Amino acid sequence: MNRRHSSGWVSLAASYAILLICAGIFVLPIAFMIVASFKPDELVLREAGTWRALILSEASLDNYGAVFERVSFVRYFINSVFITGSIVLGGLLVNSMAAYAFARMQWRGRNLCFGFVLILLILPFEAIAVPLFYQIIEFGWRNTYHVQIIPFIANAFSVYLFYSFFLQIPREMEEAAAMDGAGPWRTFFTLIVPLAKPAFATVAILSFLMHWGNYLWPLMVVDYDAYRPLPVAIAEFQTLPPIQWGDIMAFGVMMVLPVLLVFLVFQRGFVQGVASSGMKN
Amino acid sequence: MGKQTEGRERRESENPAKPVLRVRDVQGLGMAGPALAGLLVFVAVPFVMALILSGTNLRMGSPLETRFVGIDQYLRVLGDEAFRRALVNNSVFALVVVPLQTALALGLALLLHRKMKGRVLFRTLFFMPVVFPMALVAVVWQVLLAPGPDGLLNSLLGVLSFGAWVPRDFLRDPHFALPAIMLMSVWQGVGFQMVIMLAGRQGVPEHLYEAAAVEGAGSWRQFLHVTLPGMRNTIFFVVVVTTILAFRLFDQVDILTQGGPQNATTTVMYEAVRTTFAEARVARGAAMTVIFFLIVVALAWAQRKLMREEREIA
Repeated sequence: MNRRHSSGWVSLAASYAILLICAGIFVLPIAFMIVASFKPDELVLREAGTWRALILSEASLDNYGAVFERVSFVRYFINSVFITGSIVLGGLLVNSMAAYAFARMQWRGRNLCFGFVLILLILPFEAIAVPLFYQIIEFGWRNTYHVQIIPFIANAFSVYLFYSFFLQIPREMEEAAAMDGAGPWRTFFTLIVPLAKPAFATVAILSFLMHWGNYLWPLMVVDYDAYRPLPVAIAEFQTLPPIQWGDIMAFGVMMVLPVLLVFLVFQRGFVQGVASSGMKN
Repeated sequence: MGKQTEGRERRESENPAKPVLRVRDVQGLGMAGPALAGLLVFVAVPFVMALILSGTNLRMGSPLETRFVGIDQYLRVLGDEAFRRALVNNSVFALVVVPLQTALALGLALLLHRKMKGRVLFRTLFFMPVVFPMALVAVVWQVLLAPGPDGLLNSLLGVLSFGAWVPRDFLRDPHFALPAIMLMSVWQGVGFQMVIMLAGRQGVPEHLYEAAAVEGAGSWRQFLHVTLPGMRNTIFFVVVVTTILAFRLFDQVDILTQGGPQNATTTVMYEAVRTTFAEARVARGAAMTVIFFLIVVALAWAQRKLMREEREIA
């Protein structure tokens, strides 16, 4: 307390100065991308090294039109939304159910199965990408939507987050439900799920952030343009001749803007979700 | 817990023909089943396959019969110059990015912990890059890193150094390619860690600061003796997560440099994917991913050990 009064104004001004400089650095690439998306291609590189890089010296929507003409942007966007949406929704259902069985139900083999999940917590996707690739070839799953969805639905980390949350719910409520003759499935879907909304929001946001940018896996398993998600599509697009940086930036803006808007609206939820991922210890 | 079990048993004992445990066993396994099946088929089985494959000489399209070769693949991988370079690159990346990103995240979090106007705005700005897919970040930064005096970063460094900076072609210069990739990775990732740090800082009880102030401790000593110990677990968590991320490095490298120039930016994952796909050496690729996994296990083990010591002290 004392500390703040004594050094009051000076330290406040210093804080603002540092924050403003940092904010400038963080915003610069984003501002550059947005401004460049409206400029004719030859100006993008020519003005990149001057203050004019951040000024709309000439503005048109031509680049945006060109993106739609040159590639199937809408298709990529729908692909990404469908794939990520399926992973998130499927994951919410499957992982919360498993977590409830581990946190609140007594059954033979529970500890063994939960131990199995805890061991898998440590396995990053990259450690299994190569054999998983050969496995899905055996399944005949290349170039499909489900190859990009099904392997990611069950997630040990999501199970763990739900599990920690369910442990905190007071047992009295479930006991009352049990008295009324509700079985564990009904208790879970009618009582626990509504109570656990914050946990569902947290897992949804984290698994969205984790999978929306998926690049390595679709790069391995998808060759057909029609099944490509946005991250692979923009990497392809930036090498598609003629290389037009204005078009590429327009692609980038359209790719990130909807997510950015969702983030700005729900930013409190995003921040709380991410914060609780660090609380697992 | 006791009450619930009693209730259950009472209900079940009304129907003595059924074995006491069976219903709940089926219910429990049924509820956990879908997730367990998914984890088994898409995580556990592939991992065991990686272990088995890495012990063979499997190579797609090779006329040689597949047989077990023991630890040969591991010896070859560790003797491979590009892979050794990848290990060095990942380690250098971790050694630079982890302290930098952790310190930056901690610094921003402490600045934003203070009740001041605009803190939500600043927090939002710093977090914004996190919602950018890494592939997009790489594409945008490719322009920022453009060679020659017209490149944004080149001209910025030129202005800041009053013209002393010699413009570089960052991504094609063996000395600057990896640092350029580090810079964009920090830009994209620091907001995430900052938010975790902010939550960690909120967990340090305010009365500890008051007590320290009463004893005459200044800001610096409060930071050393209250903030750092209080946030110890959060900081370890961020350090370990960032280190593991450093070893997963792939997207930026694949898009910007393809491991070049002269292997200056190749990584363990990039080598594993290249070996498996471009060269069809499946067994060797599998051995590389197993080595990657062992590194991750070692890091997680180190974190546990540090955390346990913390608990003993507390």
